[in-house]
Amino acid sequence: MEAYLAVVVGAVFAGGFYLVMQRNLLRFVFGLILLSSGVNLLVFTAGGISRGAPPIIPEGASVPVGEVANALPQALILTAIVIGFGLTVFAMVLLLRVYERLGTLRTDRLTAHLDDPQPVAGLPDDEAPA
Amino acid sequence: MLIALLLAFGAALVAPWVTGRLGRSAGWLLALLPAGLTLYFLSLGPRVAAGEPLVQRVSWVPQLGVELAFRVDGLALLFGLLIAGIGTFVAVYAGGYLAGDRQLPRFYLLLFSFMAAMLGVVTSDDLILLFVFWELTSITSFFLIGFQHESEESRANALQGLFVTAGGGLAMLAGFVLLGSMAGTYRISELLASPAVLVEHPAYPLALALVALGAFTKSAQWPFHFWLPNAMAAPAPVSSYLHSATMVKAGVYLLARLAPALGGTPQWFWLLTLVGGATVLAATLLTLLQRDSKRLLAYSTIVALGTMVLLIGVGTPAAIKAMVVFLFAHALYKAPLFMAAGSVDHEAGSRDVTRLAGLGRSMPWTWLAAGLAGISAAGLPPMLGFIGKELAYEGLMGAPWLLAGLIAAGAVLLLVAVQVAWVPFAGRTVRAPKAPHEAPPSMLVGPLALAALGLTFGLVPGLVQDGLMRPAAAAVLGAPYAFDLYLWHGLTLALGLSLLTVSLGVALAATWRRWQPLLLARFGGVRVGPVAVYEGGWRWLLRFAALQTRFVQSDDLRHHLTIIVAFTVALTGGVALWRGGLESMVWAPSGAYLHEFLYFAVILLATATVVRSHSRLVVITSLGVVGFGVAFVFVLFAAPDLAITQFLVDTLVVIIAALVLIRLPSSALRGEGGRDIRWLSGAVAIAGGALITGLLLAVTGLPFDGALTRFFEANSYPAANGRNIVNVILVDFRAVDTLAEVVVLAVAAGGVGALLRRRLGRGDADAARREPDGGAQ
Repeated sequence: MEAYLAVVVGAVFAGGFYLVMQRNLLRFVFGLILLSSGVNLLVFTAGGISRGAPPIIPEGASVPVGEVANALPQALILTAIVIGFGLTVFAMVLLLRVYERLGTLRTDRLTAHLDDPQPVAGLPDDEAPA
Repeated sequence: MLIALLLAFGAALVAPWVTGRLGRSAGWLLALLPAGLTLYFLSLGPRVAAGEPLVQRVSWVPQLGVELAFRVDGLALLFGLLIAGIGTFVAVYAGGYLAGDRQLPRFYLLLFSFMAAMLGVVTSDDLILLFVFWELTSITSFFLIGFQHESEESRANALQGLFVTAGGGLAMLAGFVLLGSMAGTYRISELLASPAVLVEHPAYPLALALVALGAFTKSAQWPFHFWLPNAMAAPAPVSSYLHSATMVKAGVYLLARLAPALGGTPQWFWLLTLVGGATVLAATLLTLLQRDSKRLLAYSTIVALGTMVLLIGVGTPAAIKAMVVFLFAHALYKAPLFMAAGSVDHEAGSRDVTRLAGLGRSMPWTWLAAGLAGISAAGLPPMLGFIGKELAYEGLMGAPWLLAGLIAAGAVLLLVAVQVAWVPFAGRTVRAPKAPHEAPPSMLVGPLALAALGLTFGLVPGLVQDGLMRPAAAAVLGAPYAFDLYLWHGLTLALGLSLLTVSLGVALAATWRRWQPLLLARFGGVRVGPVAVYEGGWRWLLRFAALQTRFVQSDDLRHHLTIIVAFTVALTGGVALWRGGLESMVWAPSGAYLHEFLYFAVILLATATVVRSHSRLVVITSLGVVGFGVAFVFVLFAAPDLAITQFLVDTLVVIIAALVLIRLPSSALRGEGGRDIRWLSGAVAIAGGALITGLLLAVTGLPFDGALTRFFEANSYPAANGRNIVNVILVDFRAVDTLAEVVVLAVAAGGVGALLRRRLGRGDADAARREPDGGAQ
């Protein structure tokens, strides 16, 4: 079971790594989203998975009855999902601002445009053959 | 001793406040502290002279065997008196020299910090402690050289001084650690007691070289001499105090201090005599090119320092005796000479000796002080400087070559004395950039008193012979040594050599105006040797740094990330393979149901689509699918809370991404890098993914430790009254973390709000102008 999940996690990570190494800032943000999903799955899998009951204590008992899933990684991931959301939204709005200000999303053109405050219209850079 | 040091550091802290309150008269009050310290050292005199050093130890870092150990013996006493005594006069002098300067409070803070640190250097009985104080003196020296920090030259010179001395200090620290491990102790007095262990140790040459490097850089020995003349950018009180009388002698002190432990070997002899001799030679020649009074004095200081190192290297009782007396005499004449040069600069407006003449009428007291000190500097009777020079000649009788060098140096020292103490003052016609007038009393007390001391001790050397000179020489030799000092030695060979020196010097001085311009024209702009190496090295360092920075930190985010990811993957993977971190990896593909495979396949496909597609809509949708796939995994494996949150967040992300993408042109996802880059990032990404898979397999292959989980399961209801364990962990056991999470979200929300508001606030005209263009693309 863990073996399959490990492959899935590795694939999501590989996709995320690939995208953050691209020249396009938008793809970079997408890579960030993939990476945060990958990390969540990684922690989840490393914390031991089970198909049993969720970590909830039934009425009338003071401890969980029978085998339940590991609560600790779930608590960690819950935090991580929310933080990742905050990061993603901030990154996207920042990206939007960058485009409006500098007129490009190419990482190698950003600093070139920093020197001239006039925004450049459109994405002429992107038309260049790759 | 510890109390005295703490007092000095404390005084440094209150000095700015006192200066702020008292203004120009603050120097007189502040000088009371060094005066008190001088008296304290004087009170130690009798017991030290009787062979009972003052010892004090306070544990500091017992785990490392480092302690606050102090020991005041003859050598430390001599230095302590010089530091505190000259410090007294410098404090008074600075009050006049820098009167009205806004930076005067800061100056006193630095000056007293330096004094305290320097006292620490000479009284420490622990190598590490000595190093700490040593570096403190380098740092205060840095700030004092760069005191006029608006001047770029001043800053560059300060940096140069710091680089050379602190760099040498680091080498010295390495040497100290070596010495400590060789002898098994960092206590200096114990090192001195067991020289055989150190000298016969195989690491002895290395330790000696490292320690000597520290001493040579600090004492401006060739080839590190060049920082000292440049340090003359500092105000005159600093030049007089740090860069002639005390700090630059720290290297001499260190060599003298360790001489009983490390000395007496051929390596010691050759290293010190060669470097000292080269220093004397180089500085003597360079002095001939100078016209600036302070630079003249700086080069003559280097000559003197070289002489001291030379004498320590020779190491015979006669040489050590000469070293101690010469050191004392040098401090007593060089400090007033610097102060006088500073006064002339201050009151007559120039340090160029060719532009000054006839100041003696308007500045008679300054002339008197400079004259007395100058006679001592020139090595003429009846001053202490004469005795010191005679002894140096006697100490080197066995080495004719060194002696010859020293005679040439002595002639040049006389030339310097004439240039600084006679030429600007003598004559009837007054030449100066501004109308000269006598310096205020605060700037006269110091030079006059110190020069008078040089005269007194010259006439009656018995005053310092038993109490100061003998114990100091004994400390350097490691054994008591009785000698007597006389002004008049009788008709000896040394006297004859003195006569030779004086006639040479007079000849040089008399013809100076004729040959100096020629020499300056020929060699003035030439920059060779160590200075060129330093400057060239500096340029190359900057060039290399720029190159390296451009490679590692290019303007392009993609380069950064590629480097970061590639190195992380390579290092993590490399270490994991090398150290066997992946040995617990188990490949056991079993136990999955068909519908589970379905979810996995959906995640994989959606990920591939995100990576490959160039359509905005397809990419957003695929991102959403990946997120939902992850949420279904949470559902499958008993994590309902996670699944709910993931569904919610994923939906929001897709919506926001769509909102953002609408504002971007449809071509926003096109325009990737070239094929080669894609290959590279693809390879790195696949390696990274494989590494993650491997690590995850390795982790899940290890036995699981559920202790924490068991704690939460057992305490969730009894302690926190909650049945959903995940929620209880978040809001109860880890409530502070969750609070921090809320703060992070609030900050992110604030940032988003600010960015969006800026966008609206910057005028719709801007947005309107760009909007159609963006859409058209």
